[in-house]
Amino acid sequence: MKMHDLELSVNGQSVSLRVEPRQTLADALRGTLGLTGTHLGCEHGVCGACTIIVDGEPARGCLMLAVQAQGAEVITVEGVSPPTGLSPIQQAMREHHGLQCGFCTPGMVVVLHHLLSTNPDPTDDDIREAISGQLCRCTGYQGIMAAARAVVARRRHEIRDN
Amino acid sequence: MKPAPFDYHAPETIQGALELLDRHGSDARVIAGGQSLVPMLALRLARPEVLVDLNRIPELAGIRDCGGTIRIGAMTRQAHALASPLLRDRLPLLGYGLYNVGHPPTRARGTIGGSVSHADPAAETPAVMLAYDARMVLAGKSGTRTVDVADFMLGTFETCIEEGEILTEIVVDVPPAEGTAFVELSRRKGDFAMASAAARMRLNEDGACASARLVIGAVAPVPLRFDAVTDALTGQVVTEGLLREAVSLIDLERFEFDNPDISLAYRRHIGPVLARRALMQAFERAGERRS
Ligand SMILES: Cc1cc2nc3c(=O)[nH]c(=O)nc-3n(C[C@@H](O)[C@H](O)[C@H](O)COP(=O)(O)OP(=O)(O)OC[C@H]3O[C@@H](n4cnc5c(N)ncnc54)[C@H](O)[C@@H]3O)c2cc1C
Ligand code: FES
Ligand code: FES
Repeated sequence: MKMHDLELSVNGQSVSLRVEPRQTLADALRGTLGLTGTHLGCEHGVCGACTIIVDGEPARGCLMLAVQAQGAEVITVEGVSPPTGLSPIQQAMREHHGLQCGFCTPGMVVVLHHLLSTNPDPTDDDIREAISGQLCRCTGYQGIMAAARAVVARRRHEIRDN
Repeated sequence: MKPAPFDYHAPETIQGALELLDRHGSDARVIAGGQSLVPMLALRLARPEVLVDLNRIPELAGIRDCGGTIRIGAMTRQAHALASPLLRDRLPLLGYGLYNVGHPPTRARGTIGGSVSHADPAAETPAVMLAYDARMVLAGKSGTRTVDVADFMLGTFETCIEEGEILTEIVVDVPPAEGTAFVELSRRKGDFAMASAAARMRLNEDGACASARLVIGAVAPVPLRFDAVTDALTGQVVTEGLLREAVSLIDLERFEFDNPDISLAYRRHIGPVLARRALMQAFERAGERRS
């Protein structure tokens, strides 16, 4: 089995990786790069905990082989969080009881970040659609919806005030 | 679980992919979006020795408007097809179906060609393609061949794609102005359908049904067409009552799937209900498109 050498960008930094073809991108991010914010739940595409952004689109980290990421631009939950403190989405999740154990949270934060960066004023239906592929076993989704709504409402406010 | 080891190739041309498939024979498997294949690798339901990745072949992706027909490259992402104004305008049924395929992150990677090649009985795209009488273009070492969708789908996870061949594109004739609808029942949006119905309807000047098409999916190894139902509608003024009568002509004997989660009896109950709703919606949309 041949190993492959890759060059890709992760959270804005160029990285080189040497991978076995069967290694998933999520495993490479966690194991080799130490970016353990990306969680692995089911490892076959169902739960969404591993969701990352690849070339501008949300994608399942467990359903992409690392070798397929040659030349790609990857953004993980670490890449959408400030170096210290919480992002507005993370802050809202905390305020609105959008998490309990936190296992699904990285995936939720990533898809909400993607939604808000591509759609400045999403409706409730847009938010539901964005998180539809993410499983949460703890909060029952209402807290997550409330958090997302709060971020959207704050943005509307800011737009109005400026 | 993790996939068993395999070698990986990412050719940049169709020719390159075909040569790799030819060289490795039954040891090789192509990977498109990976949204069905990678789970199968992880669960070790598939153990190819060589993976041939189609993602670096630009000529396989993209949607082309060829006047009377639209050609959809096999590697066109589901999300891209869903967002395409051309498809929304000319082949809206595809979008109605795709909206039910997985979720935004799976549609961003998953492809149209992968979805029909995977031939999951509960998948939406094969039912849509059957409703449109699409044609599948297959490339192999000795040239290309074009297969009608009805001959393409053979059974559960089974198509007529032969060893060494790949699906390169799907060709659909653009229909005249019509209404279409896709309705399914699943436990949660984005989950696989327990049963689904795809309908098309064209109206004549007096608003009567000029032609129609009905496909029911997820009830048998391949999606099923029910022409007796649509024959009964042709030439008639569509009403709720007429649709009720027409869907009673669905031959429920052709439904096969029976499992502890979704029984055959339940599928036979909801199949006609979904069919009626899809036909009604197609009729209403046909009216909007005419006026
Ligand atoms: C959480 C989740 C939910 C999903 N829900 C649905 C759903 O509701 N409905 C649905 O229909 N699907 C669903 N899917 C599956 C869908 O996302 C896949 O995209 C699709 O089934 C396969 O497309 P792919 O491009 O990912 O193909 P891959 O997984 O890469 O390939 C699938 C198979 O097709 C073969 N193949 C692919 N492309 C070609 C080609 N061009 N020529 C020859 N052979 C080819 C491969 O060798 C493989 O055997 C879901 C998946 C996930 C992870
Ligand atoms: S770990 Fe990737 S979807 Fe569950
Ligand atoms: S917070 Fe525990 S799974 Fe969502």
